[in-house]
Amino acid sequence: MSEAIKGNAEPRELTYVAAITEGVREVLLEQSNAFVAGEDVAGAGGPFGQYSGLLTEFGEDRIVDTPISEKGIVGLGVGASAVGCRPIIDVMFVDFMGECMDEIANQMAKMRYMFGGSVTLPVTVLSMTGAGMSMAAQHSQSLEVWLAHLPGIKVVMPATPYDAKGSIIAAARDDNPVFVLLNKVSLGLKGEVPEGTYEVEIGTAEVVRPGTNFTIVAISRMVHEALKAADTLSELGVDVEVIDARSIQPFDTDTVINSIKKTHHGLVVHEAVEFGGIGGEIVAQIQDKAFDYLDAPVGRIGAPFSPVPFSPALEKIYVPDADLIVTKVKETLGLS
Amino acid sequence: MSKQPTKKVLQELHLTMVRIRCFENAAGRLMEEAKIPGALHLYVGEEAIASGVMQNLSNDDQITSTHRGHGHLVAKGGDFSKMFAELFGRSTGYCRGKGGSMHVSNMELGMLGANGIVGGGPPIAMGAAFANRFLKTKKVAVAFFGDGASNEGSFHEAVNMAALYKLPCIFVCENNGYGEYTPQAKHQTIVDVADRAGGYGIPGVVVDGMDVIAVFEAAREAIDRARKGKGPTLLECKTYRFYDHVGVRGMGLNYRTDEELEKWKKRDPIQSFEAELIKLGVMTQKQIDKVYSKVNDLVEEGVQFAEDSPFPEPSELLEDVYCVKGA
Repeated sequence: MSEAIKGNAEPRELTYVAAITEGVREVLLEQSNAFVAGEDVAGAGGPFGQYSGLLTEFGEDRIVDTPISEKGIVGLGVGASAVGCRPIIDVMFVDFMGECMDEIANQMAKMRYMFGGSVTLPVTVLSMTGAGMSMAAQHSQSLEVWLAHLPGIKVVMPATPYDAKGSIIAAARDDNPVFVLLNKVSLGLKGEVPEGTYEVEIGTAEVVRPGTNFTIVAISRMVHEALKAADTLSELGVDVEVIDARSIQPFDTDTVINSIKKTHHGLVVHEAVEFGGIGGEIVAQIQDKAFDYLDAPVGRIGAPFSPVPFSPALEKIYVPDADLIVTKVKETLGLS
Repeated sequence: MSKQPTKKVLQELHLTMVRIRCFENAAGRLMEEAKIPGALHLYVGEEAIASGVMQNLSNDDQITSTHRGHGHLVAKGGDFSKMFAELFGRSTGYCRGKGGSMHVSNMELGMLGANGIVGGGPPIAMGAAFANRFLKTKKVAVAFFGDGASNEGSFHEAVNMAALYKLPCIFVCENNGYGEYTPQAKHQTIVDVADRAGGYGIPGVVVDGMDVIAVFEAAREAIDRARKGKGPTLLECKTYRFYDHVGVRGMGLNYRTDEELEKWKKRDPIQSFEAELIKLGVMTQKQIDKVYSKVNDLVEEGVQFAEDSPFPEPSELLEDVYCVKGA
């Protein structure tokens, strides 16, 4: 970002992508044993410009272009973190995790446990998720449950520029493997981002809109759709509380339960395929801990059970949106 | 070739091989007596490789191992008591009973784990080597793997990246002729895995993995090269598994012949080295016998320690899933 913005003490706005850059930059300034490694991160500054300028500032020892070798890249992160570095590993698209799932699932996630706690793996993995850019079935998925299902790994999904920067810093300071799943459709989204370092605490959700009648728990970009839906619903007299889950693993059940106890209604919204999505887990937690407070079944919205389609016409109806959320809330409340 | 190994080195190489052999024989027996739970993949027959390579490493250097990993940890300086305790699933083991045979490890010795996934080690060793250079140390990382793993994508990605970055990483292929139960000729068309080095622009070296001196010297050259910043070497050691893929007698599968086994047993890396040591006047038979008796005492002590050790408490089940600050 420009020096003018950096020097400004007033609240300032950054795009989501600039917040990523700034978060990574703060980590590199703070931790001398941190480096970034991934495909196209150095010379190109990241395929979305998310590492732009970092090569010039930190040099090629710390901003490392890799071959297109996800097993190698993630393995590099595992091995380097095991012996004293704090790597930031870029897996360009979360869809590419299939290429490195052994390094993630069998090595990174389990090493500390298998070794009886004798090894620490302070590795951060950044990866892009989400549909909405006609990037079709292999570059648009939301696969957070693949990761959240693996004990030993933490998973966060920041929805705003503020959270993107603060989550990256929190992840890099954490002594565990943390996946920061970033939303590619939100890269141009603007929001307030403080200068300097701050953390968005991993494992905490945030009530982004307080309300009294209905709780919507939303994940990643769906937070913005939920907020839009809440505006529409408020015109119908429904006062919606929107919770940005922010962290998938660990998941902040308490914030959700406290809200449900107040609103007696709930809906979980995510972009991942609904079947087997994290929504099912959240709903189960709610019925387990707040069943007696519920006035209606807790709903779920996720993508339909198909790969992400390419055509904008199909993709538009594939990805959940505010209209779908409004319809579902109205159904739940018996509003016409 | 540089200077001949000293008498001290020769004796250390012998001791390491005997330590591995005695440890493994006991472990195999205890597994078959069902005292050790789960599956053990024994290193008997392949001792010259771990011993020859590790003789060139210090505790600061790292290794990644395989599912056949006890020998690597023994050669890296592993303590029998903590190793047996781990194999027995006791809380006094190297991994507090959480890893067992296939994940036995010790960070203080730079042993980054046996690995239940074929091809799991090379990317991790490459990453450790990356860190070694990033942190401006002189440490090297050695990835042990088998002929089977040389067909895994992880191996290729790791070697390519290590070569690209000229990392202090050595890839040691323990080619025992079988990927689990499938003979090499049925899993790849090449005879020498070291040929694959050419594809990455690094040296590929083939040595007799039954000859501890040959391994020691080839490894020394590769490790010196890596320490000098000249990048990785693929060092292939031809060897043979005297016991089955799993356990001693294994599952009784009919995938290799007795004749083949006997032929290789005649080249037992320890027996042939002992004959050489006697011939060279480095050790007498009496001294050799004393080595076995001392090591076997340690084995007995280790087994006793393991058997006397407690199992992990139920409260330990969920410990160390994550690193908890202040815990």
